[in-house]
Amino acid sequence: MAVEILKEKYRSKVGEVVLGATKEQGGTRSHTITVGGESTLPFLHFEGEVPHRPVVAMEILDMAPEDWHPCFKQYFGDVYDDPAAWAKKCVEQYGADLIQIRLRSADPDFKDSSPEDCAAVVKKVLEAVGVPLIVIGCGKPEKDSTIFPVVAEAAAGENLLLGVAELENYKAITSACMAHQHNIIAQSPIDINICKQLNILIAEMSTAMVNRIVIDPTIAALGYGIEYSYSIMERASNGALQGDKMLAMPMIGNIGAEAWRAKEANISAEDEPGWGEQEERGIMWESTTAMAYLQSGMNILVMRHPRSVELIKGQIDDLMKDNSY
Amino acid sequence: MIIIGERINGMFKDIARAIKEKDAKVIQEWARKQEENGAHYLDINVGPSSPAPVEAMKWLVEVTQEVTDLPLCLDSTKYDAIEEGLKLCKRPAMINSVPAIQSKMERVFSMAAQYDAEVIGLAMSEEGIPKDADSRVALAAELVANAMAFDISPDRLYIDPLVLPCNVAQDHGPEVLRTLREIKLISDPSPKTVVGLSNVSQGTKNRELINRVFAVMAMSHGLDAGIVDACDDELMAAVATARILLNMDIYCDSYIDVFKKSNR
Repeated sequence: MAVEILKEKYRSKVGEVVLGATKEQGGTRSHTITVGGESTLPFLHFEGEVPHRPVVAMEILDMAPEDWHPCFKQYFGDVYDDPAAWAKKCVEQYGADLIQIRLRSADPDFKDSSPEDCAAVVKKVLEAVGVPLIVIGCGKPEKDSTIFPVVAEAAAGENLLLGVAELENYKAITSACMAHQHNIIAQSPIDINICKQLNILIAEMSTAMVNRIVIDPTIAALGYGIEYSYSIMERASNGALQGDKMLAMPMIGNIGAEAWRAKEANISAEDEPGWGEQEERGIMWESTTAMAYLQSGMNILVMRHPRSVELIKGQIDDLMKDNSY
Repeated sequence: MIIIGERINGMFKDIARAIKEKDAKVIQEWARKQEENGAHYLDINVGPSSPAPVEAMKWLVEVTQEVTDLPLCLDSTKYDAIEEGLKLCKRPAMINSVPAIQSKMERVFSMAAQYDAEVIGLAMSEEGIPKDADSRVALAAELVANAMAFDISPDRLYIDPLVLPCNVAQDHGPEVLRTLREIKLISDPSPKTVVGLSNVSQGTKNRELINRVFAVMAMSHGLDAGIVDACDDELMAAVATARILLNMDIYCDSYIDVFKKSNR
């Protein structure tokens, strides 16, 4: 007797966001990347469409990262002081789908770089690589609100993903994205209600921005509250699939930064002999965190270690294989 | 709760006059106002005293559709008027309504199948409105069976358990609420449910308060739709809030506005 397969039917789907623009579209990218569009929960190809594979962005900074574990020096040490070369290495050598540059040097506590300096760095990175670009501010809202308009204008036409907008601080970055047609990262502190409210506020400034929002639900690393982030992402996905348009956006997460903050990724084998060799442990911490977020419906994974990137890209290949029946 | 705006109804004097004088502006103003305040459907009723109900229905459908894309809920006991209206509807409409009376069910369900319309089925028969929940559910089951005979899925059918004014039939209140729950067990997929909300407060003081309270009580018993005063802001706010408390929508600070825009 034939078995009847029960399949969930959803009313709606996650919206699609296109990142980057080719020459014909007014930019200089070699290709664009589309994320989102799922009409089912992650990788349930038998139930709905998963039209676009999740992508891996590698993170770089506009200055040498003093807080990164020394194990990264062997991969990036030669390019730490040259963001363009760093980006190029990530794409050409380590297979990054996108580059995320964090403008840390603009932070008044670091180098207090001017908005024009930041824009020049972004331009250089754009020249060095053909992949779409994610640009993150320094994290100090007052400074960031001066950076975004200048960077957005300098990179007009490139269809960047700019971040981050927060509930208390979204107008300057939204205006910059509206004026120069970039996409925006809307970040909420592991809170579905604020996530939705922020999307509404951005949409109120311009309805066209609805298709340009990527949600950053704020994620935690394995062992540091991953289950809270997971449950928020699950609610957002279910909301999107049931027709809640203000939650129907693709999602991004800073996996590398979170995983490599964990003690388990950094502590030496001498200090914790039972835990095994540090670098391999760190790679596993980042990869396992990433794996969990792939299964939670994350569309853009921002990662750090080249080996973790390789592992996760292989995992995405497997997960994107058709399992419909 | 799906909001079916009740205001374009010949029982209201301004609408009756507009129909008589072919004053489209009055109708269109109400269509716009209800849509802006969050109505998902607009009820269209020519009223009980219209001398030419078929013509009046056609005119109302036409002038309403000039200003709104909302689906319509064609409300009449004269099925020829509904059928002529259905022919003009740009989107699949809702037929309001049919009782569990064989000849009428055949007429309405065949028409619904032909025009891909949803149907409001009344839990009443030749004998009138039942007193208790069990008899209402039995009539609802009859409506579901007859709809299915015309290949109409039960979830295209909205059962109205029939609400009576609370000052004359107070004992019906709890029976209606129980009916709303039990109707869901009739079939899979379940039929939907609807009430004509304003009936519950006919002839009372505090009409709006009674309507609002009953709306949220009925929602907590699973009510899917209501024919209501969509321009009552407090009612719309109460419905939006009930959806949050029932975990039907994800909370955000602007949830009332979001609900009012959910028809767009």
